Amino acid sequence: MKKYLIQSIRLTVVLIILLCVAYPLFVAFAGGFAKGKGGGEKVLRNGKVVGYALLGQSFTKPQYFWGRPSAVNYNAAGSAGSNKGPSNAEYLAVVQGRVDTLLKYNPSLKKTDIPADMVTASGSGLDPDISVDGAIIQIKRVAAYRKLDERTVAKLIVENTQHPFLGMFGPSKVNVLALNVALDDLKK
Amino acid sequence: MNTELLGTVATYLLTLVIAIPLGIYLAKVFAGEKVWTDFLKPIENGIYKLSGINIKEQMNWKQHMKALMTVNLVWLVYGFFMLLFQDKLPLNPDANPAMTPDLAFNTVISFVANCNLQHYSGESGASYFIQHFVFMFLQFVSAATGIAAAVVFFKAFRDKTTNALGNFWEFFVKAITRLLLPLSLVVALILAFNGTPSSYAGKDQFISLQGDTVNVSRGPAAAFVAIKHLGTNGGGWFGANSAHPLENPSYLTNTVELIAQVIIPIAMVIAFGYFIRRKKLAWTIFGVMTIGMLMLLIPMMSSELGGNPAIAKMGVSQLTGAMEGKEVRFGPAISAYWSTVTTIISTGSVNSMHDSTMPMSGTWQLLGMMINSFYGGCGVGLLNYFIYLIIAVFISGLMVGRTPEFLGHKVEAREIKIAALITLLSPFMILAGTAIAAYVFTTHGDAAWAVQPKAWLNNPGFHGFSEMLYEITSSNANNGSGFEGLGDNNMFWNVTTGIIILLGRFLPIIGPVAIAGLLATKKFIPESAGTLKTDTKTFAIMTMAVILVLNALSYFPALALGPLAEYFTLFN
Repeated sequence: MKKYLIQSIRLTVVLIILLCVAYPLFVAFAGGFAKGKGGGEKVLRNGKVVGYALLGQSFTKPQYFWGRPSAVNYNAAGSAGSNKGPSNAEYLAVVQGRVDTLLKYNPSLKKTDIPADMVTASGSGLDPDISVDGAIIQIKRVAAYRKLDERTVAKLIVENTQHPFLGMFGPSKVNVLALNVALDDLKK
Repeated sequence: MNTELLGTVATYLLTLVIAIPLGIYLAKVFAGEKVWTDFLKPIENGIYKLSGINIKEQMNWKQHMKALMTVNLVWLVYGFFMLLFQDKLPLNPDANPAMTPDLAFNTVISFVANCNLQHYSGESGASYFIQHFVFMFLQFVSAATGIAAAVVFFKAFRDKTTNALGNFWEFFVKAITRLLLPLSLVVALILAFNGTPSSYAGKDQFISLQGDTVNVSRGPAAAFVAIKHLGTNGGGWFGANSAHPLENPSYLTNTVELIAQVIIPIAMVIAFGYFIRRKKLAWTIFGVMTIGMLMLLIPMMSSELGGNPAIAKMGVSQLTGAMEGKEVRFGPAISAYWSTVTTIISTGSVNSMHDSTMPMSGTWQLLGMMINSFYGGCGVGLLNYFIYLIIAVFISGLMVGRTPEFLGHKVEAREIKIAALITLLSPFMILAGTAIAAYVFTTHGDAAWAVQPKAWLNNPGFHGFSEMLYEITSSNANNGSGFEGLGDNNMFWNVTTGIIILLGRFLPIIGPVAIAGLLATKKFIPESAGTLKTDTKTFAIMTMAVILVLNALSYFPALALGPLAEYFTLFN
């Protein structure tokens, strides 16, 4: 028993050096060559950081495309989902409220056009994407507030749509931050 | 077939393409045969030398278990004190405070036991030092512990009659140097180059496009997320686990993380067959496990793709399926696949929030953890399966009126007693644990814990009961996922689940290894016409029947009170 104990302690020390020092330092070193130098890829506009490419952010003004509802209001230092169960009445009332808000700000919209991702909270609370339908239903509003041609806005969505991986695997989506940056850039 | 389903099928097929050769490789590694990674031998010899280990020393099953328990005890003590003094340790750029004793107790057990149930949140509860030197360290060694225990079990069936089952330290170290560490490097680099942070830089702040000030948690996550999946650990760097866009940035990384968590459990089954030179047995076991997985996956996928009927009533379009708690870049199809594998193989990482999945999906997630052996965790999945197999051997033996045998060894009273005790352990802990939780919730709502019992639940009614049932089941299965709405960082949950995790980890390792060790010392009986063959279709069906009947009898009432009741309410 005592022999095993001493072996265990020595082995633990050796493995800590290998697994907790050497391994992550190597990954950190190699990761320094990735986009964003291992600290996460940032999005710049006019030389200023306006966000992280992978992190969704809150858009509530009508002249921007909105992202998905977030249980933590896009707090990138405290990710979480709503964890609401599918039959929870209080939760369903919140979803109904989101449907009503969308209809209020997009008066020409029919309920059946609203995709589920626009009225349900994401898993992380930081979902950077919306479905293509989720973007399309907002074209009229954004165009009206920005006094732009609807076709110009629709074209931006097409340009910012990310297609399935290798064209075959997974869903299509639109990165909301990229789309809104492109929108702001239009004004120039 | 749409792109979401195609992605799911491709992910599984790619998993097999990697897992099967990996299994054959592992069999050779642990049998000491020549493999291409032998160039790592000097490193291993260095580790043995520095630790004072002589790998020529043969151990019997009891010595193996003593070594295993001793080293795990060392980690428990080490981790516990590190967590208690987190605030005084280095590499804490976000100034996270120390853990309370009950939280430290729960957390260290959870990581030592390969469970990774997290009652803290990654962003605010753990410094980089703790994440690497305690959590990531334990993710490596707990996975290697499970694999080493499985190899001891392999050894017992390789030779006809033997007491010498190899050296525990050798299996353990090789599991790290030949398997976990190299694969982790590959996965970590893929993640780092696809957006997961890898540098030690602390929190960042920026002003968003519409003018809000946003704080961003970051940190060297890539190395951690790799072993979290390869070792079927599942503990997230960030609170939202692999739903977090930095922990799992894209469909590609999602595929990589999914493959990473399933390859070793499948490879261990294949390795078993090649190691004991009975390939057909391994394929039979693999077949049962795969059918079991599909029986959970297909209905789970259909319930998620079907969407929430309560939201359908509002007139919203759910073309892709239920989206609450899910991420757009993954979609419901691959999220349902993830939920299935993470519950059957005891990873417990999530890319969607299980608390918000449809009621029937909750049923399948719970069942996956209750059965806990369709592929199962790193090494331990096969050990869990072996218990069902021995029960099936015993019942079949009784049916045909012969002394039950397994691989040429008589299975007698002592082995069956151990198997029966381990079989009873899970229902006992899950049902008693949930009953106690429900009792405290209903009668001691005002108890002065950090979270008062009456405020535990995030959802009312049947779903609230499911939250408690899930927490206990996940602890017992060493899974670590949760219905995360549950307010679980308080004295009651920290202590109860801590104890359940500990028992649910070590007894189901010791039990099967003991049975195998005992069988190995018995006289070898050559196969004859009267031998019950364990690698046939008939026996596979028998094993499946044992698994289904045992679990249905144990858990149906509890499932009926939780997710099933919710299902009938929602769809009525």
